[in-house]
Amino acid sequence: MHTFRETMIVFRDEVSGSLRNRVGIAIGLIQPCVYLVLFGPLLTKALPTEGGNAWRLYIPGLLVQLGLFTVGYAGFNLIPDMRSGYLERLRVTPASRLALLLGRVMRDLVLLMIQLLCVLAAGLGFGLRASLPGVAAAAGFMMLLGISLASLSYLLALKLPVEYTFAPVLNGICLPLMLLSGILLPMTFAPDWLRGISDANPLLYVVDAMRDLFDGQFTTRPVALGALVVVLLAAASVRLSIRVFGQRNS
Amino acid sequence: MIQVSGLAKTFSSKKGNVTAVAGVDFEVGAGEIVGFLGPNGAGKTTTMRMLTTLLKPSGGSAIIAGHDLLRASGDVRRKIGYVSQTGGAKPAAIIRNDIALQGRLHGMSKSEAQARTAAVLAEFEIEDLAERTSATLSGGQRRRVDMALGLIHRPPVLFLDEPTANLDPQSRALVWSHIRRLREEHGTTVFLSTHYLDEADHLCDRVLIIDQGRVVAEDSPERLKAAIAHDTIQIDVADAVDQAMDTLARADGVHSVTVDGYSLSLACDHADQTLSVLLRQLDLAQVRVESVRVLKPSLDDVFMAITQRDRTETAEHANA
Repeated sequence: MHTFRETMIVFRDEVSGSLRNRVGIAIGLIQPCVYLVLFGPLLTKALPTEGGNAWRLYIPGLLVQLGLFTVGYAGFNLIPDMRSGYLERLRVTPASRLALLLGRVMRDLVLLMIQLLCVLAAGLGFGLRASLPGVAAAAGFMMLLGISLASLSYLLALKLPVEYTFAPVLNGICLPLMLLSGILLPMTFAPDWLRGISDANPLLYVVDAMRDLFDGQFTTRPVALGALVVVLLAAASVRLSIRVFGQRNS
Repeated sequence: MIQVSGLAKTFSSKKGNVTAVAGVDFEVGAGEIVGFLGPNGAGKTTTMRMLTTLLKPSGGSAIIAGHDLLRASGDVRRKIGYVSQTGGAKPAAIIRNDIALQGRLHGMSKSEAQARTAAVLAEFEIEDLAERTSATLSGGQRRRVDMALGLIHRPPVLFLDEPTANLDPQSRALVWSHIRRLREEHGTTVFLSTHYLDEADHLCDRVLIIDQGRVVAEDSPERLKAAIAHDTIQIDVADAVDQAMDTLARADGVHSVTVDGYSLSLACDHADQTLSVLLRQLDLAQVRVESVRVLKPSLDDVFMAITQRDRTETAEHANA
């Protein structure tokens, strides 16, 4: 109960801070649409899908990519808070360590959901046609994925609290994750060795599941597998980062 | 209010273990202002961070405001305020909101937090800064915001890590007066680390000197100065230097006399009391005194004497 109250306090404070950053909001909203506008038209030509809808294939991937490169980079906003002593100040209060982490993660999720709505709205304009309950379920997948990516990003920032090491390491992790997730092109095109590697990428299962969901198929193997992966990933990520967050170290 | 025994911290890295704090013991009574002095790297900040629950000790224990540091860190956090060297205000946040957030995380209701925020803003005379962000403040202003943040929940124990580092003289004096007032008005126990010996001299009832991870001296600033360094009396005479020297060297309480022309320099205890006796004896010996000066040792003298002595001993241990 205390944890919930404290999470909401941190969350509200973080949101009010983000709202004051007008430039950040504008870029956050425009960026996903840039992908759609600049890359989408190529894709519809490159991937002729039989009777289907190329947008239905592309947009789930775009959403995951968005999560990876926005929420996945959330750690960047923790670094100045460590440097200014703000995080340390919060850690000397009796507030739950979980709340200090989750309040931030929730803020990131809200931003992610707003971006998701922007992409879907823009996608509709371009000609996306998808199952509404499927899209809603996919949004649920995105929430869980967002929790994982944000927590892991904070974990990495705690371990590498300076930008010039945090940034290259994060890029080094995110790029292969993206390339091997079938976000841009389906991994069915890949040679065996590449597919073998990509099988170890949790994002692959999430993207596959979301594609089925957009198609309105709820009971497929990829959906079940994706759900399992995303739930386990979220649980493990939060557990791991809360351990580091709560540690009396540094 | 603070009881520390054997508190130690060893950092382990690939290159081996580094002992930052070798095991310190001390006590701080309720309402005391105690200064924690030592050169850079002596273990001040590490000790401070252990006592404020930020760092897990590798050995020893501490009771703070009645709670066990290791077993009840949550209770300790409720009872302490901490102002770190870097402060803790969020640079981009509106100060009033930032202070209220701290109150909320200490379990206050919204209205309670607002009321307490208004109270600390008034206490530190920063009401006119409340709607600004801390990024726009001067060093002295920011320090007062940091202290307001640390005191929002009216903690009985306040930890200050170098509270006046990089402040101009006026801001320092202001911070000092705030610290004194905390004790006078609320009986707050204050444990502060500092490099500045004049700060400890002005502010602290007691001083702990830490060097190479150990407490090497502990007393009131006056007693430390009396015990470690002597007072100096400088007497200029018009004539009869040899006679003056004989007289002074035989006097009680004088440890040594050095002569430079017509100027004599005496190392002695309690110069204030010894002086009149010395002057009478010089008068009896028919020495004409031209001028007299009494020099009190500063805490710097004490500090240098102790930390140097400590290093010499360590070196001897290493050789033996």
